[in-house]
Amino acid sequence: MSLLELRGVEVVYHRPGRDVRAVAGADLSVERGQIVGLVGESGCGKSTLARAAVGLVPVAAGQVLFDDVPVQPLRRRARDPRERRLQMVFQDPYSSLNPRRRIGDQIADGLKLAAGFRGDPRKKVAELLERVHLPTDAARRFPHEFSGGQRQRIAIARALAADPSLIVADEAISALDASAQASVANLLVSLTRELDMGLLFISHDLAIVRQVADVVAVMYLGKVVETGVTAQVWAEPAHPYTRALIAAVPPPDGSGTLPKDLPGDVPDPAEPPTGCRCHPRCPAAFAPCPVVEPPIVSLGDGRTTACWLHTEPPALVAGSSVDRDGAADNTSEVA
Amino acid sequence: MTAAAVQPAAPPVVRAEGLRVLLPSRDGRELAAVDGVDLTVQPGEILGIAGESGSGKTMTALALLGLLPHGARTEGSLELDGVDLLRMPIKQLRALRGAEMAMVFQDPMTSLHPMLTVGKQITEHLRFHSGINKRAAMARATELLEQVRIPDPARTIKAYPHQFSGGMRQRVAIAVALACSPRLLIADEPTTALDVTVQAGILRLLDRLRREEGVSIMVITHDLGVLSALADRLVVMYAGRIAETGSTADVLGYPRHPYTRGLLHALPHPELGSAELRPIPGSPPALADRPPGCPFEPRCSESVPSCAQHRPELLPIGGGRAIACPVDPYAGADDVASEVVTS
Repeated sequence: MSLLELRGVEVVYHRPGRDVRAVAGADLSVERGQIVGLVGESGCGKSTLARAAVGLVPVAAGQVLFDDVPVQPLRRRARDPRERRLQMVFQDPYSSLNPRRRIGDQIADGLKLAAGFRGDPRKKVAELLERVHLPTDAARRFPHEFSGGQRQRIAIARALAADPSLIVADEAISALDASAQASVANLLVSLTRELDMGLLFISHDLAIVRQVADVVAVMYLGKVVETGVTAQVWAEPAHPYTRALIAAVPPPDGSGTLPKDLPGDVPDPAEPPTGCRCHPRCPAAFAPCPVVEPPIVSLGDGRTTACWLHTEPPALVAGSSVDRDGAADNTSEVA
Repeated sequence: MTAAAVQPAAPPVVRAEGLRVLLPSRDGRELAAVDGVDLTVQPGEILGIAGESGSGKTMTALALLGLLPHGARTEGSLELDGVDLLRMPIKQLRALRGAEMAMVFQDPMTSLHPMLTVGKQITEHLRFHSGINKRAAMARATELLEQVRIPDPARTIKAYPHQFSGGMRQRVAIAVALACSPRLLIADEPTTALDVTVQAGILRLLDRLRREEGVSIMVITHDLGVLSALADRLVVMYAGRIAETGSTADVLGYPRHPYTRGLLHALPHPELGSAELRPIPGSPPALADRPPGCPFEPRCSESVPSCAQHRPELLPIGGGRAIACPVDPYAGADDVASEVVTS
């Protein structure tokens, strides 16, 4: 059984006059000691999925299981002690720390949550600060005395105080400079390995996900379109959307090559396209794409994708099979 | 002088010499956010300014536009088409701002006015600067929206910013900046708030504007991938000073300043495999306590004792390159550098 398992999760935001399905049926699992990278453009639902994973938003359908127990949405009441081992690190360390409280006190809050913590909280706080490579005298200081990277270390120390078995990091390093990104990413990786935690690492930065994640999941418009071992997905992306995402990253090699753009924007999740959600932007779209949604199929080696290029599409007209090569330009006619 | 080797004939659009931007501190001192910067931007050139936050790259841009924070003082010279901007009366500067030079900011959500239509925002300063009538201005706005590849310009001209996605909003912001056909476009982290797929489109747009309109562009970003794709030349800044400058291919392909090398090493790259990322130890010095010697010395793995005492000058090393580091591994071996570059 996985440490964290999301099965067919749907999250619906009710907006005046319309319901937005930000996550439209997503499966994802994180094992102990494993780093799962979740990538996708803004608006694809990756942050919503992260919030659903820790119970910050209720799920409309499907299940979130943490240590085999369903995660309850956060309400006014205190959380079940078992769920406290599921912690989150947010994007902006400027707003996630209280500017008027000392670092030590904020980290000690996490200790109070840790089931059955006894002992000297000050000693434990010092230990945690050391763990995230900060000086122990940081405990008496305030957030404004620290740089962005240091603040994010403090936020990680606070999450660690609750003795987590899984950390969800939602764009946790995106707001930092490259060098600080590298050191906080290294910290998260080494903590995951040393403490045998799970880490769900959400980022729009593909280069960093490639570097840190064991397994990667690519989301588009509320659905997971491809999963697999990170190195394999990069070497041979199965889904055209994954391929486009990778091709859009400009390498910092001074070669002067402009990255390939993927025309169009992520559509409004309240009115998703018919058939495959990617088809209006997909360079490889053919006849069945605008009509029928592709199922998630296994490609072996634990890889999955949801794309008609990898599974036999249904016959659109009874008795005739789909012409894959010739139909790419005529998708609008079918739609 | 460094740029002269690249394009000897044309006079530069921007020339900064010994530019300093001094900010008042709480204890009455003056702190140099920009501390002696020499740079040029040639006509039709894209100059990239790289550096971490606090390196002074944005202050350099704001000095051009005369938009420095209250109480800031400038020294040195900063010219646009040979005219000194630093000693110019505000009225004259105002005539240049938006007309001869325009800026694109990081966040198109906050840089566009939420309650004005796109058409109004594109034409407001156009009418202020050129005094053309409303109809002609609107026609120009439609043309601009077309130029930045916004679908259905005739209709979108009446739309409000919230009706656009982030990428489209940034295209609108670029259209606003281009309205008066400026000589210089300053883009401060223009794609940092955008997705990679959308970023690619904006980079292609900026590159096309430079090629087709001949506009000079100053791109300021910490993202070396963006600069690699877009910039002809790079200026790498650290603690208010230039650490290294040269053609993008040279600086990123064969970095010679330990800071540039550190920045590149900190980035994830395929050859790293499952090894750890290699961040630069420590963090940039705060404005108030910059060391007396080389500002990078405390974090530098290659420093020698003299680095802590002597502030290195930015010295040309040929090929349009200059570095501010006495322990450059190729120092004194010019042939090595040129061999490496040409091979």
